[in-house]
Amino acid sequence: MPVARRPFARKLRIHALLLPFLIFALFPFYHMTLTSLKQDRELYDRHGVPLIIRQAPTLEHYAKLLWDTEFLTWTKNSLLVTFIATGVSLVIGTIAAYALARLKFFAVASIGTGIFVTYLVPTSLLFLPLAQVVNWIGLADSKWALVVTYPTFLVPFCTWLLMGYFRTVPKEVEECAMVDGATRIQALWRIVLPIAVPGLVCAALFAFTLSWNEFIYALTFTSSSDQITASVGVTSELIRGDIYFWGSLMAGAVLGSVPIVVLYVFFLDYYVSGLTAGAVK
Amino acid sequence: MAIGTLPVTATARGSLRTRVRELLDREAILGPLFITPALILILLLVAYPFCMALYFALSNAFIGRPSTFIGIRNFVRLWDSDAFRQTFQNSFVFTASAVAIKVVLGISLALLLNQQLWFKRVIRGAVLLPWVIPTALSTLGWWWMFNSLYSVVNWTGISLGLMSPPGPNWLGQRYYAMTAVVLVNVWRGLPFFAITILAGLVSIPQELYEAAEADGAGALARFWYVTLPMLKGVLAIVVLFSTIFTFSDFNIVYILTHGGPINATHLFATLARQVGIDSGRIGEGAAISLYLFPLLALIVFAQLRYVRNQAN
Repeated sequence: MPVARRPFARKLRIHALLLPFLIFALFPFYHMTLTSLKQDRELYDRHGVPLIIRQAPTLEHYAKLLWDTEFLTWTKNSLLVTFIATGVSLVIGTIAAYALARLKFFAVASIGTGIFVTYLVPTSLLFLPLAQVVNWIGLADSKWALVVTYPTFLVPFCTWLLMGYFRTVPKEVEECAMVDGATRIQALWRIVLPIAVPGLVCAALFAFTLSWNEFIYALTFTSSSDQITASVGVTSELIRGDIYFWGSLMAGAVLGSVPIVVLYVFFLDYYVSGLTAGAVK
Repeated sequence: MAIGTLPVTATARGSLRTRVRELLDREAILGPLFITPALILILLLVAYPFCMALYFALSNAFIGRPSTFIGIRNFVRLWDSDAFRQTFQNSFVFTASAVAIKVVLGISLALLLNQQLWFKRVIRGAVLLPWVIPTALSTLGWWWMFNSLYSVVNWTGISLGLMSPPGPNWLGQRYYAMTAVVLVNVWRGLPFFAITILAGLVSIPQELYEAAEADGAGALARFWYVTLPMLKGVLAIVVLFSTIFTFSDFNIVYILTHGGPINATHLFATLARQVGIDSGRIGEGAAISLYLFPLLALIVFAQLRYVRNQAN
């Protein structure tokens, strides 16, 4: 009996050790959500308990956020920028990755290295000169500036990730099709891409997440209320002067994360595999 | 396979079309064609701005004014400024402490996740969550948690008897503020470490542990002589990646402290923004940004060497 029990006790101990990590990871989200649902009276009661809701929860902060601010416009901008930037980057990244992984041509190795290096250049190094470029091409204070600039970090990322996936597709499958008379582009379109679908999904998810979460470019290149993205709107427009509306602020933080959370719940395994592939491959 | 359904239209409808098709089938033509869009993008929006940053750093560029070349005067002036020297120090303190904590906690968490668990998927999902949520928004949550009047961190600490009321003013005192930004960076970066190290753990052959156990190695010895050496590669990559992204961090400091109190938490990126955008001194701002470059170049160099060694 004690022999059979020991694995159980061990398992219990492991879970007990994991608990602090889980609380650390999840508590901020719990507290954000809780704050967004509390009535102001309870929120600003210095003798209240911040860990639970005692009085009736309320949606007034959400209502205020949706009807009294431009939150819906910011979300729409975020969606527009994210979808277009992700789509464009995915196409450019896919063909570049295919060429770098499969084709032999002039300077292919050094171009591959160049793209990897670009992938490592942080946005905070380039935002100042890029702001000038954005001015010159007439996109100052426009969400289209973000559509144009986000691919600079999305394309290297997608290319790098997809190169790894394309290398795992056996060359023979493709050559077989070409022997049967298909051109290389047909073979890519009908044979290689369908096999690489998991990689494409992964790249699309990460590109979507990266551009939805992008902050420094959005903060620098846009400022008008009808051009900014959700992150910038919530952090700059809801904080005015010294009076903070914590309820609405937290409601904005929660709602601004919803699209990513939805994707995340449905595609968790892709996130896990992409995270390791992006770094290690 | 779908090979059988491919339309074998070898009889082309026009000689031009055939010629284009033939050209596109040649790797020396299709290859460059496929990478051209990516290259144009990188040249125009990464390489060119980078060169501009170099020029700006050597000029007295100011928003909306023509600039002139002033040599390294920006860099000299930066070294005379207390704010910059403080930022320089902060960046290294911030990066070193955050990365070190993430390594230790990341290995611990990965070892735990590698055990038999009841809700493996759910637990992994929960652990990874801080990494996927927009940092700017989740940091707002932390900002509220560190609020000077209503801090839930202090409330909990006081309730548990760990802090004497009213508890630290997290974002208003220099060392506490630095602790807070490091803490949030660890919170956000830990999933990347844990999940990547976990992938490394899974790939260690079980036989090695069995052999070590047969030789009488205890749990600690097995960790030290089997696990750690086998994780060396993954750890190197994770640390290099994380160093880049921690060193160039912007979001957390910008939202939590705006670099304050009195520059105690400014990083290169946040100071560059304050000087380059808020004060309009683009030249000086670009010079600050460029301080990111040497460490970055070093890391990229190390990464490339590592990738090459892997390939051989």
